Amino acid sequence: MNQNRVFDADGLKRTVNRLAHEIVEKNKGVQDLALVGIRSRGEPLANRIADKLQEIEGVRVPVGILDITLYRDDLHGRLDQPELKSTEILFDIKGKTVVLVDDVLFTGRTVRSALNALMDIGRPARIQLLVLVDRGHRELPIKADMVGKNIPTSHNQKVRVLMTEIDGEDGIELVDEPDGKE
Amino acid sequence: MALQSRHLLGLEGVSAEDITLILDTARSFREVLDRPIKKVPPLQGKTIVNLFFESSTRTRISFELAERRLSADVVNFAASGSSVSKGETLKDTARNIEAMRIDMVVIRHASSGAPHFLSRVVKANVINAGDGQHEHPTQALLDMMTLREKYGALKGLRVCIVGDILHSRVARSNIYGLKTMGAEVSVCGPATLIPRHMEELGVRVYHRLEDIIPRVDVLNVLRIQLERQKSGLFPSLREYHRYFGVTKERVEKAPQPITIMHPGPINRDVELSADLADGEHSVILEQVTNGVAIRMAILYLLGTAQSSERS
Repeated sequence: MNQNRVFDADGLKRTVNRLAHEIVEKNKGVQDLALVGIRSRGEPLANRIADKLQEIEGVRVPVGILDITLYRDDLHGRLDQPELKSTEILFDIKGKTVVLVDDVLFTGRTVRSALNALMDIGRPARIQLLVLVDRGHRELPIKADMVGKNIPTSHNQKVRVLMTEIDGEDGIELVDEPDGKE
Repeated sequence: MALQSRHLLGLEGVSAEDITLILDTARSFREVLDRPIKKVPPLQGKTIVNLFFESSTRTRISFELAERRLSADVVNFAASGSSVSKGETLKDTARNIEAMRIDMVVIRHASSGAPHFLSRVVKANVINAGDGQHEHPTQALLDMMTLREKYGALKGLRVCIVGDILHSRVARSNIYGLKTMGAEVSVCGPATLIPRHMEELGVRVYHRLEDIIPRVDVLNVLRIQLERQKSGLFPSLREYHRYFGVTKERVEKAPQPITIMHPGPINRDVELSADLADGEHSVILEQVTNGVAIRMAILYLLGTAQSSERS
């Protein structure tokens, strides 16, 4: 297995800061805005963006966590049954601009699941997609509104986003996996 | 993570890891139950039949809600007025259901072991919703979930099951499950209603409520079945209430607060006084809500596991 560090902790921090500014610019402020992080690394990412937004705008936007397990299109017949975790969206998303936050955009299937899951919870005014890394290879017509970094990859590579809250350190790595399975 | 078995027939022999997985999964489903739209898609396209050979309101409704909230297609079958009353055997009923391409079967039956038999003759996942005097695993799981949510853990928790232990599948499943999870379990009831060799399961036996009340955190009060009186196992409901009725007066003698549970339906002021059933330490309605979440968790875990796929 070959590892290639794309970003260190500082690089990650700068990108998160820039994404927060992009949200403010795109939405002309943070009024009626909410962040929803997709488990698992979307959660710390959404929290960090919320911290930064507070710094910029002086307002704490609500942050929710979305577990998409029940909406996966590969739920049946997997050997490794995915663990179901809770969705924690403790505010009404109706009428809000929801920024959906995830670490890596790949096939688009996770985002498709997340959109369906959100729609079952309520009717937001609009949903925007923010990802830290877009690695290409889409299988569905899905496009991010805000992208931290585009990283061209081949199928037998994997993008690993490390976040201190989960992994003990910050960074983004490109990992070669000979069998090509993510 | 997946369950070790593709059926839920009982809690005897089910590992602490599997019980924990079910309780954790059920906690996630509790959140779904609090949403305005209480429906999620994981069992879309699956067909579940509820085979109730014995009457039941609460358990059947709870299972049916759980199934529908997971987007499964549901067929109900009640023994009265069906082919069973025309003399069909359980095996033939099962075979016919199988022929209709059913994915999962929830069965309640007056005979102990009926779900086990069914699991050997059909390909579908089988879930025991109560068999004779044997087990009622989903009831015990929802009891454990309710206690875990209240106390944070089950290990070391002191639980006493009060009443007719001899005929109770709820008691049996609770004993297996709670012991596996490290709780201290005791039973209390008249000698005629407690099976022999209870101690071999690691359960302490009491015949006087006064002896056990100072030493427990939880009293799980069982329904006293009125028809047992006819069989002479206890003289009268009044006498039962006098000696084994859980009342405010008795419980308040204990220095510690005692959580009150009951699997329902309650005979008010027979096995449990009305003021306790509705009191601040009662978790009886919490048990009912958790029942739907527990059943969703089991249906989800069995229904999406790899082994449930038909070949």
